[in-house]
Amino acid sequence: MVEVISTTQIECIVLEDGSRSVKLAGRWTLATTSARAELLLKELSIHAQSAATWDCLGVEALDSAGAMLFWRAWGRVLPGSLLIGPEHLRVFERIALADREPRLRAVPKSPLESVINLGSATIGVGRHLLDFVMLIGQLVMDVMHVLRYPADLPRKEISANLYKAGVRAMPVTALVGFLIGVVLSYLSALQLKQFGADVYIVNIIGLGIVRELGPVLVAILVAGRSGSAMTAQLGVMRVTEEIDALSTMGVSRGLRLVLPKVLALIIAMPLLVLWTTAIALAGGMVAAQFQLDISYGFFFQTLPRVVPVANLWIGLSKGAVFGMFVALVACHFGLRVRPNTESLSANTTASVVSAITVVIIIDAIFAMSTRSIGLPG
Amino acid sequence: MTPATTSVIRIRDLSTRFGDVWIHKGVELDIARGEMVSLVGGSGSGKTTLLRLMIGLLTPTRGSIEIFGEPLFGGGLLRERALRRRFGVLFQHGALFSAFSVFDNIAFPLRELKLYDDATIHDLVMLKLSMVELLPRHARLTPSELSGGMVKRVALARALALEPELLLLDEPTAGLDPDRSDSFVRLIRMLGEELGLTVVLVTHDLDTLAALSTKVAVLSDQRILAYGTTDEIIRFDHPFIRNFFLSDRSVRALQSSGLVVLPH
Repeated sequence: MVEVISTTQIECIVLEDGSRSVKLAGRWTLATTSARAELLLKELSIHAQSAATWDCLGVEALDSAGAMLFWRAWGRVLPGSLLIGPEHLRVFERIALADREPRLRAVPKSPLESVINLGSATIGVGRHLLDFVMLIGQLVMDVMHVLRYPADLPRKEISANLYKAGVRAMPVTALVGFLIGVVLSYLSALQLKQFGADVYIVNIIGLGIVRELGPVLVAILVAGRSGSAMTAQLGVMRVTEEIDALSTMGVSRGLRLVLPKVLALIIAMPLLVLWTTAIALAGGMVAAQFQLDISYGFFFQTLPRVVPVANLWIGLSKGAVFGMFVALVACHFGLRVRPNTESLSANTTASVVSAITVVIIIDAIFAMSTRSIGLPG
Repeated sequence: MTPATTSVIRIRDLSTRFGDVWIHKGVELDIARGEMVSLVGGSGSGKTTLLRLMIGLLTPTRGSIEIFGEPLFGGGLLRERALRRRFGVLFQHGALFSAFSVFDNIAFPLRELKLYDDATIHDLVMLKLSMVELLPRHARLTPSELSGGMVKRVALARALALEPELLLLDEPTAGLDPDRSDSFVRLIRMLGEELGLTVVLVTHDLDTLAALSTKVAVLSDQRILAYGTTDEIIRFDHPFIRNFFLSDRSVRALQSSGLVVLPH
């Protein structure tokens, strides 16, 4: 007689009486077996090779994780000679039932996979462009609609977006603008001092900030700040089917969601550019005074002379165009979000990166097409 | 033998306050092993809050909750984690991880254990899928491709992944049509009986309540008004219970499930 002392664990006992028999006892549950699952499986498999009878009557508790160990050791069939309580047999019946389902086969890899990937990537880019063009087309149609029916202009939404993307962005753009002005002025001053060309500091930072740095800086900040927010907002609205709800109420998503964002940024961006440019110039002025002893009065007098006012107009119109594209890109990616968290994060990232890239590209186009305007000499 | 007398859930003098509003005041409840308890109450009576307290997503303002005789909080991360793995939760909207496939959703808790190899996890996931009456080909779908009923089944499979002893369900049949609702209730009942689970569910659906529960806890006036079998609860004289159980619709639901209702 073999004594099986049932602890909370397992006892695997081999009886030697002509044929071999394995006696199982204790608690075979996920909690008791998971930590040693591989070891137990190996042990059971060794017994499974020689054992004729399995005695599971001593098993106190058996759940599917524990039963799965037996099942795998037995080679996914019930052994010919098995002593087991009915409630535990039920567990194995359940596993057998699951096994009878057709197995999940891995999708076979195509030898042309790289070609397929390249093709689908190309199609993906094409679809992006197509969607973007359609978005712009929709925007144009919405604008026409508003011109015909001015009452449909989403005034509240535009105002809310102006506040969120414009007014709330003022502190951060001011801080960054001021510091960039100081840094630019300080670095230029070090170089100019060597040539005794101190007074040209006004030309350098004046032209650089008004024409180039101001608009680009603001566009990048707004793309990171408001562009990402717009994408995430539209994305979540897609996920929660709010956009579908809007369209069932006959509210055009273009008119209510895209147009206000685009219009708000077209209005807000030039104003932010003006604000940031002014503060950056102030920063440059302060640094020039410290480094080169150039008085504020001289700076103010010289600035309009060396930086023709055309540069300001270029800077402001750049701001408006950047604003439009930041908003369009944000809406484009926001409306592409599929209902899962991964897609939301991927599209938000793509939105910010693309918006900044687009801004730089447009800036280059501006630089080329306006190279004969507003530059002295 | 393990003593069967200990409560799976033991709530003592539990009070919860949100801002100035007391949701619970002195809630006391003992749920014994193997019971299927429906928690009912008017809307805003704090049923779901009570469930979230049991899970440990909220901490009570006052009082204590013990699960399997142990407090929910304290004793370090490892103890808390070990305790939390002993119960499974089915959230009202499934709360499936939207970025994962069905397979990965069910495999997630098993992988978190970091004890099983891929083959074992595959076998266990397929077993769970079959237990909730889904097919292996469903494993590749993502949550957004599932119907409402399938979301609930996958969520149930995930809740059962770690072989819990206690299953907590928040509105298990909300949002399902009567047919799916019935089959889901049958599934929960069958699994509950076969796996020997203790089940606590929040519901306001009388069909679900009548089909599933061995006991009913009525939450009203910020406390547990009554706790007993459906029959006992129906005989309890209180405006809320009369309203909830003895409206025409309720009587039909209860009678169709074989419970006799005596009109007051």
